[in-house]
Amino acid sequence: MPHRSLPTVRSIGAKAIDNVLRLGYATRFIGLTLAHSGTSFARPGLIVRELYYTGVLSMIIILVSGLFVGMVLGLQGYQTLTTYGSESALGVLVALSLVRELGPVVSALLFASRAGSAMTAEIGLMKATEQLSAMEMMAVDPIARVVAPRFWAGVISMPLLAAMFSAMGVFGGYIVGVVLIGVDEGSFWSQMQSAVDIREDIVNGVIKSFVFGIAITWISLFEGYDAPPTAEGVSGATTRTVVTSSLAVLALDFILTSFMFSGA
Amino acid sequence: MGRSMLDLWVGIFVVAGMAALVILAFKVGNMSNFGGGDTYEINANFDNIGGLKPRAPIKSAGVVVGRVKSITFNNERFTAKVTMAVESAYKFPKDTTASILTAGLLGEQYIGLEGGGDDKMLNSGDSIRLTQSAVVLEKLISQFLFDKAAEGGTEKK
Repeated sequence: MPHRSLPTVRSIGAKAIDNVLRLGYATRFIGLTLAHSGTSFARPGLIVRELYYTGVLSMIIILVSGLFVGMVLGLQGYQTLTTYGSESALGVLVALSLVRELGPVVSALLFASRAGSAMTAEIGLMKATEQLSAMEMMAVDPIARVVAPRFWAGVISMPLLAAMFSAMGVFGGYIVGVVLIGVDEGSFWSQMQSAVDIREDIVNGVIKSFVFGIAITWISLFEGYDAPPTAEGVSGATTRTVVTSSLAVLALDFILTSFMFSGA
Repeated sequence: MGRSMLDLWVGIFVVAGMAALVILAFKVGNMSNFGGGDTYEINANFDNIGGLKPRAPIKSAGVVVGRVKSITFNNERFTAKVTMAVESAYKFPKDTTASILTAGLLGEQYIGLEGGGDDKMLNSGDSIRLTQSAVVLEKLISQFLFDKAAEGGTEKK
C-alpha cells in the first residue's frame, strides 16, 4: 500500500515539471518575439500606438508618485540628517536614493501593475475571444503583429518613465527640503552634483530600468499569451503578472545592485 | 482617438522622458565631471591612506583637479600606491607634496596637492616623492593620552 504522503509528493513533482515546462515555453516565446520584431520596426506606427497605451497612460501615475516619494524622502532625510547637523547633504540623499534604487524599482512596480496587467488582460482576452486564432487564419502572425510591438513599447517606455520618476522625485525633495524647510539651496544642488556620478549612478539606474522593462513586458505578454482562454484564466493570469513581475523586479534589483554598486 | 493625437501624445511622452534624462545628467549629476576630458596619471606612495577610496577627488588649493584612479598595496615597500588621474590642463612641479586630507571632521577623504618651486613638471607615470599620510584618529588620541600621562608623571615629581 502506498504511503499516504504519496499524492502530495506527486503533486509537488507535477507542479515542478509544469513550471519548468512553462519556463521553457516562456524562453521560446521571447525568442520568437525577438525573431519576429522586424515587422514592428518596419511599421513603427504599431509601436507608437502601444507606446501610447503603455507609456503615455502610465505617465501621470509615475509623475505623481515620483513627486510624493521625493517629498517623503526630503522630509524623512531631513529628520535624520539634522540630528548630525548635516542637513546640507539632503540633496545627495534624495538624488542618490532616487537615481540608484527608488526611481527604477518603484516605477517598475507601478509599471507592472499599471501597464503590465493591462497587457496581460488584453492579450488574454484576445486569445479567449479567438482573435489571435483569427489572425493566424488570415496568415497574420499574432506574435509579430500583437506581441512584438507591445514588447518594444514596454522596453522603450520603462527607462523613460524611470527617468521621469527620478527627476520628479528630486524636484519633490527640493520642494520639501529647500522651499518648505529651508535647507540652503546652493549646498543642496552643489553637494548633489558632486556626489552623483553620471556613469556610476545615472547610467546604472537607466540600465536597471531597461532590464526591468524587459522582464516586466516579457512576463506580462507571456502570461497573456499562455492564459487559459476563460474569464477565470485571464483574471488569474493578470494576477500572476503583477505578482511575478514585482518579485522579478525586486530579485533582479538585488542582483544588479550587487554587481553595480558593490565595488568601493 | 485620431492618429495625429496619438502621435502627439507619444511625442510628448518621449520628449518628457528625454528631458528627464537630460535634467538628471546636468542638474542632478555633473556633466562636466563625465570623462573629464584628457587626464594623465601620477603615482604617490603613502604610509597610510586612511579611508581614501577610488574616485575620491584630488584638490589643489581647494579646486578639484582630478580623481583617484586606483589604490594598490606595494608589497616591496609596504606602502599604499595611489594612482591619480589629473586633468591634462593642470601641470604640477616635480616637488609637489601630496597629502591625504579630510573634508570637515567626518567628511570624505581627498588628496591635496601643493605645488613646489621646481621648474620641471610631473609627466604621466611619474611619482610624487613628498607625501603625507592620512591622519588616523586613534593614533592622535593615543598620542594625546600618552602626552597627558607623561605630563602628569613629571608634575608629581
